Amino acid sequence: MSDTVLFAMEAALNGLTVGIMYSLVALGFVLIFKASGIFNFAQGVMALFAALTLVGFQNGQVPFAPLINAIFGTSVHDFGFNMPSLLAIPATVVVMVGMAWLIERLVLKHLVNQEPIILFMATIGLAFFLEGLGDIMWGAEVKRLDVGIPQGMSGAVDDFTYNWLGYGFYLDTLNLWALVIAGIMVTALVIFSQYTKQGRALRAVADDHQAALSVGISLRFIWVLTWSIAGIVALVAGIMWGSKSGVQFSLSLIALKALPVLILGGFTSIPGAIVGGLLIGVGEKLFDFFMQPVIGGATENWFAYMLALVFLLFRPQGLFGEKIIERV
Amino acid sequence: MKMTKLAAVLAATLVAAPAVAQDLHFPMLNYRTGPFAPGGIPFADGYQDYLTLINQRDGGIGGLPIRTSECETAYNTERGVECYESIRGDNPLILQPLSTGITYQLIPRVTADGIPLHTMGYGRTSALEGETFPWVFNYPANYWDGASVAINYLLEQNEDSLEGKKIVLIYHNSAYGREPIPTLENLSERYGFELVEVPVDSPGQEQSSQWLQIRRERPDYVIMWGWGVMNAVAIQEAANIRFPMDHFIGIWWSGSENDVVPVGAGADGYTALTFHGVGRDYPVYEDIQTYVVDRGMAAGNGDQIGSAVYSRGLYAAMLAVEAARTAQELAGHAQITAAEMRTGMEHLSITEERLTELGLPNFSAPFDVSCQNHGGSGAAMMQQWDADTQTWSLITDWIQSDRELIGELATADAAAYAAENSITPGCL
Amino acid sequence: MLYREAGDFKTSYASDNQTFPIRFDRVAYWVVMAFAFLVLPMIMGDYWANSVVVPFLIYVIAALGLNILIGYTGLLSLGTAAFMAVGAYATFKLTTSFPGMPIYIVFLLSGLITSAVGVLFGLPSLKIKGFYLAVATLAAQFFLIWLFTRVGWFFNYSTTGQISMPERSMFGVLITGASASSTAVYFTCLIFVVGMAWLARNLTRGTVGRSWMAIRDMDIAAEIIGVNPLIAKLSAFAVSSFFVGVAGALTFAVYLGAAEAGEAFGINKSFLVLFMVIIGGLGSILGSFLGAAFLVVLPVILKLLLVDTLGWPADLARHLEVMIIGALIIIVLIAEPHGIAALWRTIKDKLRLWPFPH
Repeated sequence: MSDTVLFAMEAALNGLTVGIMYSLVALGFVLIFKASGIFNFAQGVMALFAALTLVGFQNGQVPFAPLINAIFGTSVHDFGFNMPSLLAIPATVVVMVGMAWLIERLVLKHLVNQEPIILFMATIGLAFFLEGLGDIMWGAEVKRLDVGIPQGMSGAVDDFTYNWLGYGFYLDTLNLWALVIAGIMVTALVIFSQYTKQGRALRAVADDHQAALSVGISLRFIWVLTWSIAGIVALVAGIMWGSKSGVQFSLSLIALKALPVLILGGFTSIPGAIVGGLLIGVGEKLFDFFMQPVIGGATENWFAYMLALVFLLFRPQGLFGEKIIERV
Repeated sequence: MKMTKLAAVLAATLVAAPAVAQDLHFPMLNYRTGPFAPGGIPFADGYQDYLTLINQRDGGIGGLPIRTSECETAYNTERGVECYESIRGDNPLILQPLSTGITYQLIPRVTADGIPLHTMGYGRTSALEGETFPWVFNYPANYWDGASVAINYLLEQNEDSLEGKKIVLIYHNSAYGREPIPTLENLSERYGFELVEVPVDSPGQEQSSQWLQIRRERPDYVIMWGWGVMNAVAIQEAANIRFPMDHFIGIWWSGSENDVVPVGAGADGYTALTFHGVGRDYPVYEDIQTYVVDRGMAAGNGDQIGSAVYSRGLYAAMLAVEAARTAQELAGHAQITAAEMRTGMEHLSITEERLTELGLPNFSAPFDVSCQNHGGSGAAMMQQWDADTQTWSLITDWIQSDRELIGELATADAAAYAAENSITPGCL
Repeated sequence: MLYREAGDFKTSYASDNQTFPIRFDRVAYWVVMAFAFLVLPMIMGDYWANSVVVPFLIYVIAALGLNILIGYTGLLSLGTAAFMAVGAYATFKLTTSFPGMPIYIVFLLSGLITSAVGVLFGLPSLKIKGFYLAVATLAAQFFLIWLFTRVGWFFNYSTTGQISMPERSMFGVLITGASASSTAVYFTCLIFVVGMAWLARNLTRGTVGRSWMAIRDMDIAAEIIGVNPLIAKLSAFAVSSFFVGVAGALTFAVYLGAAEAGEAFGINKSFLVLFMVIIGGLGSILGSFLGAAFLVVLPVILKLLLVDTLGWPADLARHLEVMIIGALIIIVLIAEPHGIAALWRTIKDKLRLWPFPH
């Protein structure tokens, strides 16, 4: 095989695995949109917040240390012990569930029956709030996140492709793990929504709010539930992306990577989020590979959006989205 | 009657107010928040700690205490303008905007208002032409120096020949990241190496296609002009493709603890440029411990002391204090104005003896500033990261940049600026 | 009391059609204008002019533009900052290519150029709706910024990619550049704001505005009663982008003086303008003013309070500020989803009946 074909294959493979990383973020959006029709802009910041909290627990940081120091003139920083990941992750999950409950209590409850754009704006407000809160609670410096997921070039893939094609493909082990984790997560979500009582209630609410209410499903409980699940998904995305780059402010910007995935896959479809991620990942890597010599690189920020835009012109509801039916 | 009296008192206070201010105002335009906070925090801490040290140990400069004020820019140009407007009436002696974007906005403003601007290792490179940019200083080194020093270092490593070598420049796709390109292109023609440019769009969270490309290109060396999260991700990706870390050179803004710590053991051996000493092995740190930390006056959390960017902040403060001292000597009085401060900066001379006196032996390359040359020495060193001890160590002595080439490029750029803005170059 | 009116008696079409049907509003309008043109320039210092009032005025223009798109036509756009960048780069290219061109004309031409670009990126709106369109406009945001950082022609091949505004004057007064007086800058912005607000108000009251609102309320129904969606949507994009383009030109030329696309016109600015529109009030001219004032003045006040008065560390204050802005957005949305302007409308209705509410 010629080098170009091999290189293109390598780029496409990498695109697939990176795409899964995008899907991890997009999943959180889909969950909330499906259950409550809210386009949750704060999903990226939730990932950052979850990762910050996890690292904070791991390192035994005192939350709100700068604020406490500013008010009381003390200088406390950490408790002086480290928490193992196995303990820190459940603790973070508890925090995320608590946050979901608070969001429902303080924000969503008061915005029932508002137009989608108002709810969307409220989540942007929420994003700002969480961004400031995360920084005040845990500080703004870069933190290393390591929960034991291996990183680096996958030797197995390298050897296998070298023996087979004469050229060793590069794949990041972390991305391969993301594939496994995304698989587990989607399976868990499917099992949850198909076979548990709460899951069925969730699907009922997603189908029709009013009908669900009339058969006695508590809408508010369902909202807390979806936001909790979205919080957990955010934690997973935060761990995966944070392992790559360290935990810092820019982590919240991964939300911008997930948006084109969403429109491509459709706002309401979990498989859509996965397939959309794969398509975007492969598309942008291949585009960069072929166009880089022509127009110079760094096209990733906009290519995904352009791809999604062109796609939308032919299918306005995304790949797997529910057909938009308009009634006049 | 009463009204006139009141007015008179008011007028008297207004007129007298500037004279009452018996201190030297060193404002700080910091960014401790926003996407680049991890880089801004240590610099701000270092700058402030050194000034606190001077106040605590020496009682200020020439008997006058230093007054600092902090304005948070969040690395945002509009906030930078707001900060500038809020401090410019408060007798600021020297401004360090800490952002190339803010620098570009401030250059015409400080020139009109007469406030010296010091952009150390960033900002507009051609500002080293002091005759065109009388109020702007960028000593001791700029980006073009950085590119030239990196190449000179590689020449040293390869017995003075880079013929046929392939060097990749991976850069932040912004004004800052593109700075070294003209210099590197020029040098690539001269030394016959092949230059491959690989841009990364901000913020640079995802770089797998860039590093796949680098892996395909099989370069001998990679030079990085990165910023923020891009650095850590790039170093991680380089470790992932098993690129030899000691063949990977970052500019000074890609050479802080924030960039290598998140990568862990994989970052071991990564090298970066620096135009000042690193680590805590300088006598001045004992004084900082005694006079600043032990008195509970350390800036920020106090956990940045000795880090690479902290050293840079400390260095910037040291240069500012030395310039103020020079200005006081030249002016003959302690309460200097911004214009006298500018003269002081223009006559600044950093010598080996002075550095030793300050407790910073060999921390900086010796240099003299003059009216024609606001750019200092242009020398830099290489530092290398040791992941086991979590420290940077210096692996070379000072490496001089090719000032002749940089001078040519800078003169052309400054001339264009002068023509665009109808400035007649000349010494003030 | 303040609003004294008895019934709805009009004797001529002119009085029936006037912008401010209530006398108190008319008086208030003229008082505000007199204050802005005569009093404010006298009492305002450089700090307030350059770092509060001028950005406020510029953001008003941008918010007006976005409000036409979102509030009047119901098309959600997140690409505002990119269109501002188009205006800024158009101004730079025009004024460096034709140094003799009067700078006000340059600003207006930049607006028109932005208009054309806006229509181009508005084309998908004929097919795509709602959040899908919002995400599609992000394509414009990222693509245009990439273009401006990548293609040398836009920044005259300068080594750094920064664009700097040369000094330009109008009627013999220096308008741009560092030596321009803050009064000249202020009046430039004020003239544009008054002109643009007048334009926006009258456009939204007329045929065009009605067709926009028909599309917003229900596009299919509007189409059936004879509103051409192609013309309505694209004209909304054109007018909106014109406003936003002028705002971008002013941001670059008179406010910042130098800019780089990725930094000065990043996505955060798109969100900022969006906030202004939503908080101020969708579909309200007054709302654009109130929203811009709220979001420009609030950070300054918080900074004065927390840093200068309470003496807290600047970074802590900044984090708190971000939290407070976030919380306030949520609170405003909960209290009055239609923005501050709607709050004002309620007060006004109460005042008209006061002191006899029944």
